[in-house]
Amino acid sequence: MIARLKSNWSYLAIATLFVFLILAPFDWFLGQYTTLMIVIGIYTIVTVGLCLLMGYTGQVSLGQAAFFGMGAYISAILSTTYGFNPWLAMLIAAVMTGAFAYIIGSPIFRLKGNYLAMATLGLGLIMWIVFKQLNQSFGEPDGISGIPYLSIGGFVFDSSFRRYFLVWAFCLVILFTSQNIIRSRTGRALRAIHGSESAAESIGINVGRFKVKILVLSAVYASLAGSLFAHHLRYIGAQPFDFLASVKLVVMAVIGGLASIWGAIFGAGTTHILSDELLLRFGDWDVVIYGLILVLVMIFMPEGLFVKLKEVFERLRLRYRKKGVEP
Amino acid sequence: MSSAQFVQYLITGITSGSIYALAGLGFTIIYAVTRIINFAQGEFVMLGGLVAFTLIHRAGIPLVPALFLSILIAAAVGAAMYLLAIRPPKKASVVSLIIITIGVAMLVRGIAGQELTKEFIRLPSFSGEQSMSFLGAHIDPQALWIIGTTVVVTIILHLFLTYTMVGKALKACAINPVASSLVGINPKTMALIAFVLAAAIGGIGGVVFAPLTLMSYQAGVMLGLKGFVAAAIGGFKSPVAAVIGGLLLGIIESFVVAANWGPFTSDYKDAIALVVLLFILLIRSGKLAEEERAG
Repeated sequence: MIARLKSNWSYLAIATLFVFLILAPFDWFLGQYTTLMIVIGIYTIVTVGLCLLMGYTGQVSLGQAAFFGMGAYISAILSTTYGFNPWLAMLIAAVMTGAFAYIIGSPIFRLKGNYLAMATLGLGLIMWIVFKQLNQSFGEPDGISGIPYLSIGGFVFDSSFRRYFLVWAFCLVILFTSQNIIRSRTGRALRAIHGSESAAESIGINVGRFKVKILVLSAVYASLAGSLFAHHLRYIGAQPFDFLASVKLVVMAVIGGLASIWGAIFGAGTTHILSDELLLRFGDWDVVIYGLILVLVMIFMPEGLFVKLKEVFERLRLRYRKKGVEP
Repeated sequence: MSSAQFVQYLITGITSGSIYALAGLGFTIIYAVTRIINFAQGEFVMLGGLVAFTLIHRAGIPLVPALFLSILIAAAVGAAMYLLAIRPPKKASVVSLIIITIGVAMLVRGIAGQELTKEFIRLPSFSGEQSMSFLGAHIDPQALWIIGTTVVVTIILHLFLTYTMVGKALKACAINPVASSLVGINPKTMALIAFVLAAAIGGIGGVVFAPLTLMSYQAGVMLGLKGFVAAAIGGFKSPVAAVIGGLLLGIIESFVVAANWGPFTSDYKDAIALVVLLFILLIRSGKLAEEERAG
């Protein structure tokens, strides 16, 4: 009974989300924020991957911006310097990033906890330095420009209204895929790994292989998001892929509730709006306030804002149910 | 490479290595006692330099008292950091503690930029600018101060940990917090002491380093990273190992840049530390995994 009610509620929530997302880019609703919403969609894709990695397998990555940047840079370089079709560039970027994640996966996952955090951080910083080098080799000192828009046949995604639907279509497909993954046998295996690696191993789960699989999946997500990012902005520099970007991605995953796929939208949305829109109004104090918020959220809501809100909602629901109010 | 050049690069390496060592000491002390990687460690070094500069130029305090006051202020920030941000969360995971220390680092960096100075600053040298000659190499006298300070700090820290009651308690807590609390050592007090010590040593690094190089409110990030690599080379276990790690890193950096080999020209000097870090972590991964399992 409770399970059924709960799923009714989540269907309702997802339906509301869909209606909201479809209406959002129209001028009479949130049209002026279309560009912002596109970027949130892109960050949501990266965040979902990170949620799978951190929330379901319990592995920390402080270098996720490296995969995000690889997608963006490979797409940018292939479609400008080498004149590849943008879709092909995107596919090659995803394959290369996935392969890279696969190669580094098994050595890096021999590390745990703090050491894993350090290794991924080091990797992220090295890739950031590589990106800066790529700027000089393939573009201007600060970045690569002239990246073409994506297009299907003669239909070019040249307005933000069109790109909005493209990005969110990608985003929703990835959200549903991820949800299916965690409800499958693989998902249960992942949760077992998070619970206890030794126990998971003892019931026949190949822990190492699953971890690498999820790392590859999250890297491919990040790469796709990076490609979309490059073909959306048409110009990329190294700055969106630096250490703070990796931290921002982790914060998005944490605020969205690590073990919650749909929370990723919420986490990416709140964090991005906060760090790139609201805080700008504080001028030079933005870093101070951002730091303060990070500390406070981690102290009071280490399981994330989204999970906290869900808890409050559940409590209210139970209280109303006692009074006989049902949806 | 002539022998004079060799000595020159060696001394440059040991000098910058000494700063990495001082930052690395902070990482090691905090990690050993609390199992936290303190991403704000570099900010203590930055604070040391910037606070001393502000005290001299805005409050008109003479050099020597300003240096000591600056170290005290860095230590106080360390204490405040532990009491306000690290201690309150009840069941903090590795990830949330990492984010907390990154948050504190941003907070300290931002406030330093706003309230102290946004300029690149340089403290006056402790004993003149006249460079000395040694085996054909030129040495800035401040380099000797830096190296000397690192040696003295390391020796004092070693004596403190080996011969005083508090030092022994810190060591006990690092080895086994549960067992040490059974014999009356409060792990929370020890964690506070660790943060204060780490911040003070960072501050010392800042005040001796600022006369040799330009320091800005953003310098903490890279200094922190280097210190972290130094501590990683040392295995996050013993302070002496962290100091050796820092010196090694400084010397490696200096010679790789001097060799001007492949991608590691001076523009990409910082990548050297990262490559060393990954290398160390992967070589030691088997051993590190055992440690995590053991406790």
